[in-house]
Amino acid sequence: MKSAVIVFPASNCDRDAKNALDAMTGKAPAMVWHQESELPDVDLVVLPGGFSYGDYLRTGAMAAQSPIMRAVKTHAEKGGAVLGICNGFQVLTESGLLPGALMRNAGLKFVCRNVAMTVQETQSAFTRKYDSGQTVTFPVAHGEGNYYADEETLDRLEGEGRVMFRYQDNPNGSARGIAGILNDKRNVLGLMPHPERMVDPLTGGTDGRAMFESLIETLS
Amino acid sequence: MTEITPDIVRDHGLSPEEYERIKALLGRAPNLVELGVFSVMWSEHCSYKSTRAHLRKLPTKAPWVLQGPGENAGVIDIGDGDACIFKMESHNHPSFIEPYQGAATGVGGIMRDVFTMGARPIAMMNALRFGEPDHPKTRHLVSGIVSGIGGYGNCMGVPTVGGEVNFHRSYNGNILVNAMCVGLARADRIFLSAAKGAGNPVVYIGSKTGRDGIHGATMASAEFNENSEEKRPTVQVGDPFTEKLLLEACLELMATDAIIAIQDMGAAGLTSSSAEMADKGGSGIELDLDHVPQRETNMTAYEMLLSESQERMLAVLKPGREAQAEKIFRKWELDFAVIGVTTDTHRFVARHKGAVVADIPVTALSDEAPVYQRPFVSREKKAEAPAYDKTKPVLTSLEKILGSPDMASRRWIWEQYDNSVMADTVQHPGGDAAVVRVHGTKKALAITTDVTPRYAKADPFTGGAQAVAEAWRNLTAVGATPLAVTDNLNFGNPQKPEIMGEIVAAIDGIGAACRALDFPVVSGNCSLYNETNGEGILPTPAIGGVGLLKDVSKMATVAFKRPDDVVILIGETKGHLGQSIYLREVEGKEEGAAPPLDLATEKKNGDFVRSLIERGLADTVHDLSDGGVLAAIAEMALAGDIGVSIGQAVTPDPIPFWFGEDQGRYLIAAPFAQAEKIVAEAREKYITIAELGRTGGDSVMLDDKETVTLRQLRATHEGWFPRLMAGEEIPVTN
Repeated sequence: MKSAVIVFPASNCDRDAKNALDAMTGKAPAMVWHQESELPDVDLVVLPGGFSYGDYLRTGAMAAQSPIMRAVKTHAEKGGAVLGICNGFQVLTESGLLPGALMRNAGLKFVCRNVAMTVQETQSAFTRKYDSGQTVTFPVAHGEGNYYADEETLDRLEGEGRVMFRYQDNPNGSARGIAGILNDKRNVLGLMPHPERMVDPLTGGTDGRAMFESLIETLS
Repeated sequence: MTEITPDIVRDHGLSPEEYERIKALLGRAPNLVELGVFSVMWSEHCSYKSTRAHLRKLPTKAPWVLQGPGENAGVIDIGDGDACIFKMESHNHPSFIEPYQGAATGVGGIMRDVFTMGARPIAMMNALRFGEPDHPKTRHLVSGIVSGIGGYGNCMGVPTVGGEVNFHRSYNGNILVNAMCVGLARADRIFLSAAKGAGNPVVYIGSKTGRDGIHGATMASAEFNENSEEKRPTVQVGDPFTEKLLLEACLELMATDAIIAIQDMGAAGLTSSSAEMADKGGSGIELDLDHVPQRETNMTAYEMLLSESQERMLAVLKPGREAQAEKIFRKWELDFAVIGVTTDTHRFVARHKGAVVADIPVTALSDEAPVYQRPFVSREKKAEAPAYDKTKPVLTSLEKILGSPDMASRRWIWEQYDNSVMADTVQHPGGDAAVVRVHGTKKALAITTDVTPRYAKADPFTGGAQAVAEAWRNLTAVGATPLAVTDNLNFGNPQKPEIMGEIVAAIDGIGAACRALDFPVVSGNCSLYNETNGEGILPTPAIGGVGLLKDVSKMATVAFKRPDDVVILIGETKGHLGQSIYLREVEGKEEGAAPPLDLATEKKNGDFVRSLIERGLADTVHDLSDGGVLAAIAEMALAGDIGVSIGQAVTPDPIPFWFGEDQGRYLIAAPFAQAEKIVAEAREKYITIAELGRTGGDSVMLDDKETVTLRQLRATHEGWFPRLMAGEEIPVTN
C-alpha cells in the first residue's frame, strides 16, 4: 500500500500519521504540502489531525480550500481511499466529501481522554479486520467534535451502514453518538478519535492497528 | 525631544540612583528611547538584579550538562548523541490580569526558549497556584488559565503531560503560572545566542510587531495594587498558529548551516534579544527600525524596541545566506526582514527614519546592570509540634483529605490538554512523573514539577531543598535516573528584608539538595514582586526535574496491578504532622515546622528503589508527599482500581503514622516472593522498611475494622474539581 499524508499549515498529527504508517506498512508515506496541486501515485491519502490555519474562520474551512484538496477530491472520485482523522474529518465535512458538520463540543471545552467505541460496520476497507460490535478504545483530543447532520441524513447514514464507530460514552454531544462515518462510495472515512495514536502497546494500546491492517489488506 | 523628568524615570521603574548610574555609563543624559531600553534591561525580570549574587551559588555542572544557565534554556546529554533541552518560566503577573492570554503567551514563550536552541518541544508541564477556592476570582482564573494553556499547547501539537496545582489564600491577589517545556535535539546541533563576528546580517523572523506588551517586563517587576486592571494593555496576545509555523520554519532553517546565532524575542522584545546576542557574542549590533515588519502604522522607535509582540525571533546569519533563509520563511508565510548588522563597536545602536535614536555600550545593558546585595533577615523557625485530636477516625479523615483542594483529582484540568499527541506519552498525568519516550528508541524522559509552598513558608531553606528532593523522588519513583533541574523562583518583594531572607534561604536549600543529589540546575527564572497591596505570596521555589529511563519497558507506575501484592513502606516514619495536609484539612491549622530532610538518606533510599525498578523487582511504586502514607495508598488503589487491606500503624500513635509527611519515603507493591527479596535486601543495606498490608478487594480496609469503598473515595476524589468549577457549592476552606 502506498500512502500520502497531507500537511496543512499547523497540521500537528502529520508526523504521528507518518510514524503509524511507517510502522504498519514498512514504507514511509509521501508528505504532501498543501500548496501542491497533484498527489503522488498512492492508494491512501491521510488528512491528519491538528489546527490547520489555527482553526480560524471554522475548523477545517480554510484547509478545505487548499490547492491539494482538488487533487484529494479527484482521488476520492476515482475510488481512492481517504482517511480523515480529527481535523482531517473536519476538513472532509467542510470540503463536502462527507455529509454533516462538526460543532463545538457540547461541554464547550477541549476534551482529551481515551474513549470506548463500538465498531458498527466491518464492510469497508478501513474496518474489515475488526469484529462487528467489537469495543475499541482510541483517544479523542478536540474542541469541535460534536457531529451534526439533519435527521434525514442521519437516518440515511444509519440505514446505509455508514456509521462506522459509535461512542459508548459520548464525550462531545455528537448526534446519535457518532464518532466516524463513511461516504456513500465507502472509500472516504472521517473520524474524530485517533487510531494513529493506538499502534504501540507502550503508548496506550493497539486498537488502531486493525484499521491500518484493513487498509493494507484491501489496498495492497 | 522629551525631557527626562524624575516622574518619567519613576514611571519606568528606575530608582534615582539607577538613573544617575545610566547617566554615568553614557556620559550624558539618555533620551526617552534609551531610557526605555535601560528600564527593561535593568528590570528585575531581565537583569535578576536582586537574585543574581545568590544564584551564582547554585551547582550548575555535571559531566552530562552540555549547557547550564545563561542561555535560552539548559541542555543535558541523554546518550546516543541525543540532547534534552528544557526550562521553566513564569507568566504570573500577566496571567492574573488577563488569564487566557497571560497563560497562553507563557506557554508560547517557554516553547520558543526551547526551540530557538534547535530542539523540537516534546512535552509541556505547568505548575499553577491559585487563591482560595471560594475567592470570587478563583474560578474565573482557573478556567481562563487552563483554557489558555490548552489553547496554545494543543494547537502546537505538543503534549501537556502533567504539573501541579495548589490553592491558598496567599495567592488571592497573585496567582502563579509556571510553564515548563522539554525538547529534544541532537547534541551536535544546539543553537546558541552569541552573535559572534562583525558584518553579519541580523534577521527578524515570525510575526509583525505591534503595540502589545510594551513594558511587560517592567510590569512584571512591580507589585500590584487595586489599579492593576489598568495594566491589561501590557499583556501580550498569543497566536499559536503562527508559533507552530515559526517552529517548523526555524527547525527547517536549522537543518541548514546558515545560522550563527538565534534567540527568541520574549520579555523586552527586540531590545533584549539584540542586546543579549551582542553581549554574548562580544560584538555590537546596529538595527534599522525602518525595516522591522510592523502590524500598526506610525510606530515609534520606543514602541518597536519595547513591544512584546509574540511569535518573533531574531537571528544572525552567515553573510550571503539571507535568500536561502527567506525562502523557508516565505514558504511558511511568515515575515522575514534583514533589520540590521553585527558590528565590532560593542555598542547597541538603533536608527529610525535616518536618525540614531539609541546608542548605548552593550555592557551597560548587561554586565553593568545593577546587582544588589539586598539586606535580608532570616526568620525564626516555628518548631513546636502541633497539637491534634487523637480520637478522629482515620478513614473519615482520609476521605476528607482526598477530596480537599490540594489533593483532589486534577482530571478536570488535564482532560483539557492534549496529552497524547506525538504518540510518545508513556505515562499520562496522574502519576508521580510524566514519561515521554524518545521517539524511535527504548529511552524515555521522566518529567516532574514540585514545590510545597507551606513548607517553604515555615522554613525557606528546607522548602527549597524539599522541592528538589521531591522532584528527585518523583523521577526515581518511575524508575528514572534524575539528571538536572530548572528552577522557577516565585517570591514577594525583595526590597523587604524578610522576603529577601526567604529568597536567599530557599536558594541555599536548593543548592544544598542539588549538590547532595547530584542534580544540577541548568536553567531557571525568577518572578519577584508577587505582592498585592503589600501582601506577599507563600514563597514558591518551583523545581522542574528531568530524568532518563534507559529502558522504558521497566518503568514503574503508581497503580496497584494485582491482588495479593505486599504493600511495603520504604524509609523512616516518625510521624511529622507539622505543616501537613492533615493538619490543615482536618484540624484547620497551618502550624509547625516543615518536615526535616536528610539528604543522605534521601539518596540512599531513592537509589535503592530505582535499582529495584531497573532490575524488574518493582513495577508499582509511589513516592510519599502530601497526605502521607495513607493518601498514597489510597491513590495507588484508585489508580489500579484494586483495594487494599492494611494492618495497624507501626508507631503507637496512628494519626501521625498514617498522615505525617516525613521525607525520603516510597511505597512499593510487589508479589510475595519479590517482596521478601526486597525486604531482605533493604535490611542488608540498613534501609528502614515495613510491610503494611496486602492488595485486594474493592475498598481500603484498616486493621480489619474500618472500611471505606473505592467507589466512595473515587466520588470524593474526582468530584471536588468539577463541583468547584460548576459553582455547585462553596468548598470549605480554612
